[in-house]
Amino acid sequence: MALKGNLRDFTITQLLNLVNLAKKTGTLVVEGANQSARITFREGKLAYAEISNEDNGLGAVLHKNKIITRAQYNTISKRAKTISDKELGLMLINAGYVDQRDVIISLQNHFMDILQRLFSWVEGIFYFNPGETPPPDRIPIKMDLENIIIEGSRRLREWEQLQDELPNLDLALKFTDRPGVNIQNLNMSVEEWKVVSYINPKNTIRQIGKAAKMSEMEIRRVVYSLLQAGLVELVRPEGMVRTLPGLDQTMAGKSKEEQENLVNRLIGRIRQL
Amino acid sequence: MQTVKMVVTGPFNSGKTEFIQTVSEIDVVSTERKISAEAEKVKESTTVAMDFGRITVDDQLVLYLFGTPGQKRFDFMWEILSEGMLGFIVMIDSTRPETFREARSILETFRAYAPTPYVVAANKQDMDDAWDVEDMRIALRLENDVPLLSAVARDKESVKTVLIELLTNILNEISG
Ligand SMILES: Nc1nc2c(ncn2[C@@H]2O[C@H](COP(=O)(O)OP(=O)(O)O)[C@@H](O)[C@H]2O)c(=O)[nH]1
Ligand SMILES: [Mg+2]
Repeated sequence: MALKGNLRDFTITQLLNLVNLAKKTGTLVVEGANQSARITFREGKLAYAEISNEDNGLGAVLHKNKIITRAQYNTISKRAKTISDKELGLMLINAGYVDQRDVIISLQNHFMDILQRLFSWVEGIFYFNPGETPPPDRIPIKMDLENIIIEGSRRLREWEQLQDELPNLDLALKFTDRPGVNIQNLNMSVEEWKVVSYINPKNTIRQIGKAAKMSEMEIRRVVYSLLQAGLVELVRPEGMVRTLPGLDQTMAGKSKEEQENLVNRLIGRIRQL
Repeated sequence: MQTVKMVVTGPFNSGKTEFIQTVSEIDVVSTERKISAEAEKVKESTTVAMDFGRITVDDQLVLYLFGTPGQKRFDFMWEILSEGMLGFIVMIDSTRPETFREARSILETFRAYAPTPYVVAANKQDMDDAWDVEDMRIALRLENDVPLLSAVARDKESVKTVLIELLTNILNEISG
């Protein structure tokens, strides 16, 4: 079913978070004010990216990464119109111009560059085409999204936006147990590590901020990026004083059997509707 | 005679009134007032106070359904609403991701302060551009144990399913 919307309401970081956690395969198309981009994922990992009005071919990517010279790039552009990136890559490797690592790293840099530019787009529509793979002539890679997400979340600086994203600082945090994610492998800042060390269902976000000597704004930003990367989740703090009457109060003075009887009568009645 | 209530909350236009109307034995009493703010021109009028529906169980028990938008400016109502409350339902329009952020904030407020069971209803699943329920779970940051149901507020069976799911969770909480 449809996965589409507007970047004003749903950011690139949130989309990457969705793709990452749902381990999606397919192509995300983002149409911005002047350009459009296509980002392809395989099982929640980045596989490929391209942006309109620019040369996304391997020759251009290698030249941008200073792996080949402008002259070599020009020759390739002229001669390699008809051959695929996969063939070109093999040819260049076989001819000893580049090695496989150069190719992969250059592509990674190119894709990252496209994503980083997307982070700055505030206007645009997006839609996700499930199952759509990269163009067959291109070289796909496999890159984890967590670091990209953390990087993208750091850019969300505006106070109002952060406040919307994280309205309640009196909630606590706990680590999610997601297999395959090793927190040691993430590029976190000193600030982020400091927060991580205080995470515990007993500590509210506000308390963590105090302990880490951060302003509300700073703690919000850090917590937001950890949330987006799927590393932590919000929980009701242990031992929090409940401010509103709960089920106990609604059911006050009733035995357990009477309470169950009441709910069962409700269920029975609704079934009949 | 005992009355209990369930609260239906969620962003503007998510289907709260529709949901209550579908199962209420009385015409839903909406305290509505025209809102002319540019952002809210989607509909002619919007519920600013609340909807009120009723299901009579027997001569000793009545269930009231209260619909409330749950925005910041209605904060003062939480306390009134939660009196006699069994649980709450958060309605979300699955076709409008621009409202997910607000829905999440309503949900987080409710979760933190209303210590009763709840379910989240991904409404308008009959529409073509409805988001997939499991995508919504991630976008709304709901843990796997939070009940998130696909719903169509216009459809009686669907509304019944949501209500029964909530009541089942209430039963589980009572039985421990
Ligand atoms: N297609 C469809 N439309 C719905 C559904 N639920 C509500 N609507 C429509 O969405 C609009 C807003 O619903 P309403 O109940 O007034 O929203 P409220 O502001 O949350 O009370 C109305 O036009 C409803 O008829 C649904 O499940 N499917
Ligand atoms: Mg309404």
